[in-house]
Amino acid sequence: MAPPDMSPSRLAVRPSRAAGQRGLATLAPERVRTVKVAVWLLAVLPFLRLLYLGFADQFGANPLEFVTRSTGTWTLVMLCVTLAVTPLRRLTGWNWLIRLRRMLGLFAFFYALQHFLLWLAVDRGFDVAYMIKDIAKRPFITVGFAAFVLMVPLAATSANAMVKWLGGKRWQGLHRAVYAIAVLAILHYWWHKAGKHDFGTVSIYAAVVFGLLAMRVWWWWRKPATGLKAQR
Amino acid sequence: MLIPSPKWLRGDDIAASEITPRGVFDARRRLLALAAAGATGSTLAPWFARDAHAQAPRGQRLPATPNNAYVVPEKRTPYEDVTTYNNYYEFGTDKADPAHNAGTLRTRPWQVAVEGLVKKPKVYDIDELVRLMPMEERVYRLRCVEGWSMVIPWSGYALAELVRRVEPQPGAKYVEFVTLNDKKQMPGVSARVLDWPYTEGLRMDEAMHPLTLLAFGLYGEVLPNQNGAPVRVVVPWKYGFKSAKSIVKIRFVDKQPATSWNLAAAQEYGFYSNVNPDVDHPRWSQATERRIGEDKGSGFGALFAPKRKTLPFNGYAQQVASLYQGMDLRKFF
Repeated sequence: MAPPDMSPSRLAVRPSRAAGQRGLATLAPERVRTVKVAVWLLAVLPFLRLLYLGFADQFGANPLEFVTRSTGTWTLVMLCVTLAVTPLRRLTGWNWLIRLRRMLGLFAFFYALQHFLLWLAVDRGFDVAYMIKDIAKRPFITVGFAAFVLMVPLAATSANAMVKWLGGKRWQGLHRAVYAIAVLAILHYWWHKAGKHDFGTVSIYAAVVFGLLAMRVWWWWRKPATGLKAQR
Repeated sequence: MLIPSPKWLRGDDIAASEITPRGVFDARRRLLALAAAGATGSTLAPWFARDAHAQAPRGQRLPATPNNAYVVPEKRTPYEDVTTYNNYYEFGTDKADPAHNAGTLRTRPWQVAVEGLVKKPKVYDIDELVRLMPMEERVYRLRCVEGWSMVIPWSGYALAELVRRVEPQPGAKYVEFVTLNDKKQMPGVSARVLDWPYTEGLRMDEAMHPLTLLAFGLYGEVLPNQNGAPVRVVVPWKYGFKSAKSIVKIRFVDKQPATSWNLAAAQEYGFYSNVNPDVDHPRWSQATERRIGEDKGSGFGALFAPKRKTLPFNGYAQQVASLYQGMDLRKFF
C-alpha cells in the first residue's frame, strides 16, 4: 500500500509495478531521498560560492552589483528548474520528480529574498520612502517587486500542513501564481538589460520560460475530455 | 535443442588469477566517489576563483610628467580594477569581457585620420601623435552612466593641441570621434548591440577645453587594449561613454554628430551627457555613485560601502559650468 501522496496533483501513482520493470518511472523512497539530497546540494552551491567569495574578498570591482546580479540569476534559474518539473515528469513518466518541486521552488524564494534584501537593505538602507519612490518611478523595479511579493504567499504555504489547511484545489490555484512570477521576473530582467541595449542573455531566459509555459498551454488545450485531472 | 552459449559468454575463459580481489571490488565505490569529487572540484575551481584572471601582465612604460593642476585629491582606483572592469562592447558586454577578449586588438600599425572642416587635414601615424606634445599625467574622475566611478591617472595631452595644429575652419562647430570597427579584431562587433562604428562627439568649445584629454596611457604605462588603446579621448565632466576609445578618425563638422548611445536610446542618452545628479536616467537615479575599489579588503563589508553623492559636472563645475550658461540641462541632457 503506497504511503499517502501529499502531492496536490491527483495523478495516480501506482507503486505496485511488476518487479524488474525497466525505467525510472518509480523510485524507492530511499533513492528519492538520495536524489533530493543531491539536488539540494547543487541548489545551495551558488549560495556557498557567494559566501566563499565574500570571505575571500573576491566580489570584484563592484561588489553590490555582482552579488545582486548573481542572486537574481540564481532566482531565475531556480524558477526555470521548478517550472520544468511538471513538463519533465509528463515527458519521462518519472512521477517521483514531483517530490523535488517544493524544494526547488523554495530555493527560488531563497535567492529572491537575498536579491530583494540586497536592494532594500544594502542599496537603499531600509529607506522605505526611497524604496516606494523606486517602485513607482522605475518599471523594472515595479515588476521585480511584484514578482517578489507574489512569491511570499507561495513560500508561506509550501508546507504539507498548509496544503491540508487550504485544501488541494485552493492550494493549487494559489500556486498557479508561479506563472505570473516567472513572466514578471523575465520582464524585470529584460527592462533592466534594455538600459544598456544588452539582450543576449535575457533573451535566452525569456525563450526558456516561454517554452516551459507554452508546453503547459499546449497540454491544457489538448487535455482529453475524460476524467483525467489536468496536471500543472 | 539447447544451443550451448559460447565459452566467452559463460566466462570459462577467465583464469582464476584474473578475478578482482574482494577488497578491491568493495573499494571501487570509494574510488569512484573520489574521482567524481576530484573532477567536480577541478571543474568548479575557476567558478570559485573569480579574480584569478585579473593578474594580467603590466604594459610598456610611457613616461609622463605629472600636471598638478589636473589632479583630484581622491584615492586612485587600483590598476587591477581600472583594467578589468570595463565597458567596451566591441569586445563583449560583460565587464570582464574586454580584459579577456581585447588581446586580438592590433595597436600597430595605427592611424588617426583628422579630416573635415579643417585647413590642414592629415592622417597621423600613432607614433607621430604620441610625440606631438610632451606627455602629462592627469588624475581625473571617470563617472559611468551606470552609476559607478573611478579615479584614473591618465597620460596624454590636451586635445586642443591637436586641434590647433589642424586649424579648424570657421564653419566647424562640432568634433566627431570614430572608434575602430573591425570584425576580425573585435568579436563583439558581430552583435548588433550598437550601430558600429562607435561614434561620439563634442561641441567645439568642449573639444577645445583644457580638460579634454587625448590619452595614450594610464598609470605610467601604455593604454591596455581594454581601456581604449592606442589612443582615446577623456572628457571627465561627462558620463564615461562620451570618452571614445581606440580612435581612428577625428572629423570636424558643422552639424551635431549622431552618437552611438543617442542613436540606441535617445531618451536615455543625450548628446551632452554632462554628469548631473539632478537629472535621472529613466531607469535609475544619478544622484549617487559607487566608487570602485574603495572597499578593498573588506569582504562582505564591501557590500555596505557607502555610496558617494554625485557632483555636478563630476566635480568639474568650476572649470566647465560656464560652457553651459543659459542652457536648460534637463532638456539638453
